Amino acid sequence: MLNRLIYLDNAAATRLDERVLDAMKPYLFDTYAVATSQFGYSLGVDAKDALDAARASIAQRLGASAEELVFTSGSTESSNMALKGVALALGAKKGRHIITSKIEDFPVLYSARALEKQGFSVTYLDADSDGRVDPDQLARAITPQTILVSVQTANQEIGTLQDIAAIGKLCREREVLFHTDATHAFPRVALDVRQVPADLITLTAHLIHGPKGVGALYIRQGTPLTKWMDGGFQEFNLRGGEENIPGIIGFARAVELATPEETAHLQAMRDKLIARLLQTPHSRLNGHPTLRLPQNANISFRFVEGESILLHLDMRGFAVSTGSACFSRSLEASHVILGIGGDHERAHGSVRLTVGRFNTDQDVDRVTEALPDVIANLRAISPLGKEL
Amino acid sequence: MPLPYSDVVMEHFKHPHNVGRIEDADAKAIEGSPACGDMVAVYLKVDEGSKRITDIKFESYGCASNIATGSIITELAKGKTLDEAKDITWQQAADALGGLPPIKTHCSVLAVDGLRAAILNYEEKHGLIQERMPTTVEEIRRRLKHVMNPIVGLDIVRTKLVRDVSLAEGVVRIVIDLPLDHQFANNIREDIQEKVGNLWDVQEVVIEFTE
Repeated sequence: MLNRLIYLDNAAATRLDERVLDAMKPYLFDTYAVATSQFGYSLGVDAKDALDAARASIAQRLGASAEELVFTSGSTESSNMALKGVALALGAKKGRHIITSKIEDFPVLYSARALEKQGFSVTYLDADSDGRVDPDQLARAITPQTILVSVQTANQEIGTLQDIAAIGKLCREREVLFHTDATHAFPRVALDVRQVPADLITLTAHLIHGPKGVGALYIRQGTPLTKWMDGGFQEFNLRGGEENIPGIIGFARAVELATPEETAHLQAMRDKLIARLLQTPHSRLNGHPTLRLPQNANISFRFVEGESILLHLDMRGFAVSTGSACFSRSLEASHVILGIGGDHERAHGSVRLTVGRFNTDQDVDRVTEALPDVIANLRAISPLGKEL
Repeated sequence: MPLPYSDVVMEHFKHPHNVGRIEDADAKAIEGSPACGDMVAVYLKVDEGSKRITDIKFESYGCASNIATGSIITELAKGKTLDEAKDITWQQAADALGGLPPIKTHCSVLAVDGLRAAILNYEEKHGLIQERMPTTVEEIRRRLKHVMNPIVGLDIVRTKLVRDVSLAEGVVRIVIDLPLDHQFANNIREDIQEKVGNLWDVQEVVIEFTE
């Protein structure tokens, strides 16, 4: 590649921040003991202390207390733990009905489907054309058998934010547990459990320039949840397995480094991306125009297909993503774009650009020059749109 | 190139041959639709005496393998007689491209179908076609050979996913040996509808999955 890669797929993975690595290093080479060894030798005590400090620091950002945070291997595990843990705890006791939305990410969606196979019934709420779930529809869907509502904080593809404060309040009133997947939102979007009555929150490190393979589940004190990963008595006996201490230290440092000032810059880049790309003829924004993740732009271009766009951009040194069926492992068009009333064509030509810490305003300038050019070239060979 | 495509595919994708429209085409066809995903248009100029393809162009609304196959298939067909061009298979196209990832073979089938549909369009226009034949189970099975099993990139007949095909009063019933919630169940269902549902005397295609 002639030029430096311009990575605009920060919703898929992010580059590790050196300062995160620096924080992790001592726990890989010096204090490499597991926390369980705290009763045997001082190296274990040091590891346990570091783990506690990291836990407290992340919990604080969430307005939670440290004992309410359980570390996991990432957001997939966290969401599995939330849905299946509650189902195990309350399925026989209270009921076997779960409510979620049609546009959730796969860990929630497929955990719900797995529970359906075990005899649970699941209601999948609609999203409107901007990707918003209607709390009134949720209110109507809750029954005396409902044990859990799972609605994401922000959407993975189109970036739409949900009104989780209203949804949480409603769940509280109706005495139903509320889980929210904040994988893409935390800590870029303000989320405080003293204001948002969520009982369970999925978090991850790898989208904020932290390491891969580490995440957490916030579990409000007193939330019934059956242990699902059996092993030792780690994580308040809620999740067996030794803690990934270097990863957790990195997670805490990554949360610390994700400041509101930085988020404001991401949002400025996002707004510039959207405004410039929408100048392309036959383009439209996917997701809500204002209630959206500060780092997410998602635009559909008619008459062209996403994988072709991605490959041409790759040749020019840009990495982005698409909701095209041709790009997915199941050959299915994005369930999110279809879920907000889009057709296959709109999913096919959708391009998601997500900015991160290492992007610059110049990156935005360059991609907003290159992308319309790629679209024009592909439209020139497309059988569609010629008469328009 | 760190992508799942061969150098030949990438070369044809970057610089596709025979791309565009022939305004005074002797025949043309469009396969696929925006709704189902990829779409290919093929335009032909045919020498009336020799029935030889003198010019051919294509347009693609599709992914890299769709564009690359459109490019290679038009190269393969140029200069051939209609009967010769009809016999070009997607396997030949895929081979000429140095192979395609299994999950992508259905995109190349579409381009080949586009070429065949354009030839059929020429034959229909020039009265080279006999009466419309009633659809048979054999014809349906022949068409199912163009429905890809994306798991391996071979068709669903060859990979024994078609458990049963029956036809009664315009209703086709096809049993596919996959669970309904299989990763590719929907994709295969849509592909079958597209390949069989448009037969002139077929009213409905019922596709059942085994659990």
